[in-house]
Amino acid sequence: MDMTQAIILTIMTAATPLLLAAIGELVVERSGVLNLGVEGMMIMGAVAAFAIAQLTGSAGLGAIGGLVAGMLFSLLFGFLTLTLVANQVATGLALTILGLGLSGMIGEAFIGLPGLKLAAVEIPLLSDIPFFGRILFAQDPIFYTSIVAVIGVSWFLFRSRAGLRLRAIGDNHSSAHALGIKVVRTRYLAVMFGGACAGLAGAHLSIVYTPQWVENMTAGRGWIALALVVFASWRPGRALIGAYLFGAVSIGQLFAQSRGIGIPSQLLSALPYLATIAVLVIISLNRRMTLINTPASLGKSFVPER
Amino acid sequence: MKKTLLLLAAATALAGIAAPANAEAMDKVKACFIYVGPVGDFGWSYQHDQGRLYAEEKLGDKLETAYLESVPEGADSERALERFARSGCNIIFTTSFGYMDPTNKVAKDFPDIKFEHATGYKREHPNVATYDSKFFQGRYVIGQIAAKMSKTGSAGYIASFPIPEVVQGINSFMLGAQSINPDFKLKVVWVNTWFDPGKEADAAKVLLDGGADILTQHTDSTAPMQVAAERGAFAFGQASDMIAFGPNTQLTSIIDDWGPYYLERISAVLEGTWEQQATWAGMAEGHVVMAPYTNMPDDVKAMAEETEAKITSGEFHPFTGPIMKQDGSEWLADGVVADDGVLAGLNFYVKGIDDQLPQ
Repeated sequence: MDMTQAIILTIMTAATPLLLAAIGELVVERSGVLNLGVEGMMIMGAVAAFAIAQLTGSAGLGAIGGLVAGMLFSLLFGFLTLTLVANQVATGLALTILGLGLSGMIGEAFIGLPGLKLAAVEIPLLSDIPFFGRILFAQDPIFYTSIVAVIGVSWFLFRSRAGLRLRAIGDNHSSAHALGIKVVRTRYLAVMFGGACAGLAGAHLSIVYTPQWVENMTAGRGWIALALVVFASWRPGRALIGAYLFGAVSIGQLFAQSRGIGIPSQLLSALPYLATIAVLVIISLNRRMTLINTPASLGKSFVPER
Repeated sequence: MKKTLLLLAAATALAGIAAPANAEAMDKVKACFIYVGPVGDFGWSYQHDQGRLYAEEKLGDKLETAYLESVPEGADSERALERFARSGCNIIFTTSFGYMDPTNKVAKDFPDIKFEHATGYKREHPNVATYDSKFFQGRYVIGQIAAKMSKTGSAGYIASFPIPEVVQGINSFMLGAQSINPDFKLKVVWVNTWFDPGKEADAAKVLLDGGADILTQHTDSTAPMQVAAERGAFAFGQASDMIAFGPNTQLTSIIDDWGPYYLERISAVLEGTWEQQATWAGMAEGHVVMAPYTNMPDDVKAMAEETEAKITSGEFHPFTGPIMKQDGSEWLADGVVADDGVLAGLNFYVKGIDDQLPQ
């Protein structure tokens, strides 16, 4: 493996959890729900994945456990904001705080234990392609899932009838309700999808990226994912670009430092944020397109009229 | 966490009747700790918490403790400190460099409470003491080991923030390495965080990709050790013994042992003998402990043990001239030992480090 391949692989590992969490939140927000609890769902996924991998001896089961944990945790958000119609912003923040605390408590027994790593799955033939084969087709299953999720969500939102309904709810839940679309049920499903993605993103951290459990190991990645959704103007393809760009600049600046270039490291550390925002703002410059893509009901509570 | 909340709640209830600390002996003391990371980081904050538990175990009923974890440096820490100060703490340990100004600010408003700030240098009020450990002593030893063990003659250093403590470590490591191999290369990557396992792992991968075959870190998680293990490189643990994360990878680890210091200072409050001071202890006092030397040939181990013994006995100081600054100008003449004051504010590299120190 040459150095370029090694660096690209490092970038992909850094981008995968961001992309997964962002793509989940993108669907949630397209349905008009703003769930700021991504960080909380992610850390719950991380601790569950690590714990289940330790207890069962299977990293694969751990990944599934992380996904389910994120989904179950998102149901709490769904119940509070969709059924009890609580404020979405406050509930989302509470979910993050609860997740960080609860995961610390659950994970206490697992501190200081080396974890199991989810093995890479090599796709026959494709992984033999020179250069790109090793990068694209000899990865861990969570990476494949993240790419499938982008394609799937893209197709679902813009090519399927169910996706059209979901976007209709996100744009105007009252009209959608009047048309007989099940607003609350659809939003529940969207929130659960978002939770599952965030949970799997967390699992990636604790069983692929750095196979260990430490409190607060998400270190703000949930917030970056949230920002990516907005800067990607709720388009799955742009979320992919944003996540990889962020990963590339993050790794690139570390690499530049290791080569001893004379740029202050504080500036380099800020670069991923600056570059990602700049690029995504530029590709979203068309104001009309951005407005069309922004879910008009985002963050507003829905109370069905009787 | 729950315990902390309970303690805080109980302490708040008691605050009204708690007598202010004074120079007289006390029956019972409440010691409070503020940590920059989670107690479960298995590194810096974990070791401070181990120190708290050690003092608790030794003093039994005479000591009540409380802690707040993951308190960001800066304005948030000031609020946390005030909250502790109002909740009946007699002595408050603030365990990260970035708490320096908030500690002094809050100390001014609570003259009866003792404040102990780790790794800083400001003692603006009589009730503020500072304490630190000479981790650079351990860094010199691991620098020597790195130079002996590296096949590429190059090590990677994952650094957090350009504060004197970190700069001392980088310089001392390099001096140790140069004492074995004058052409040794050191690559430094600043991650601008104390704790982010993912980012630390990224930095570790980048350094290994760039030709380093030994890693050392001045950040708090075990992620770099794991990356080194995966790539078949060697690494040094940080703050705690990280051998579990790299049984065939860890050469040794510089362990912070805060227990004896916490016990001593809390006991001083109990006895009414607490005084402002600036403690900077190292191997000799047992504050800096080396984990067992593993995964290395016997001759390297013998060399490391010898250096450790010399530093412990005071026979050798890592910063002994002749030492050149990075730009080639002279810093210390032959045989001159750097004084603690200069080291405590160290803001330049020694010769041979291939990096520009962020200012």
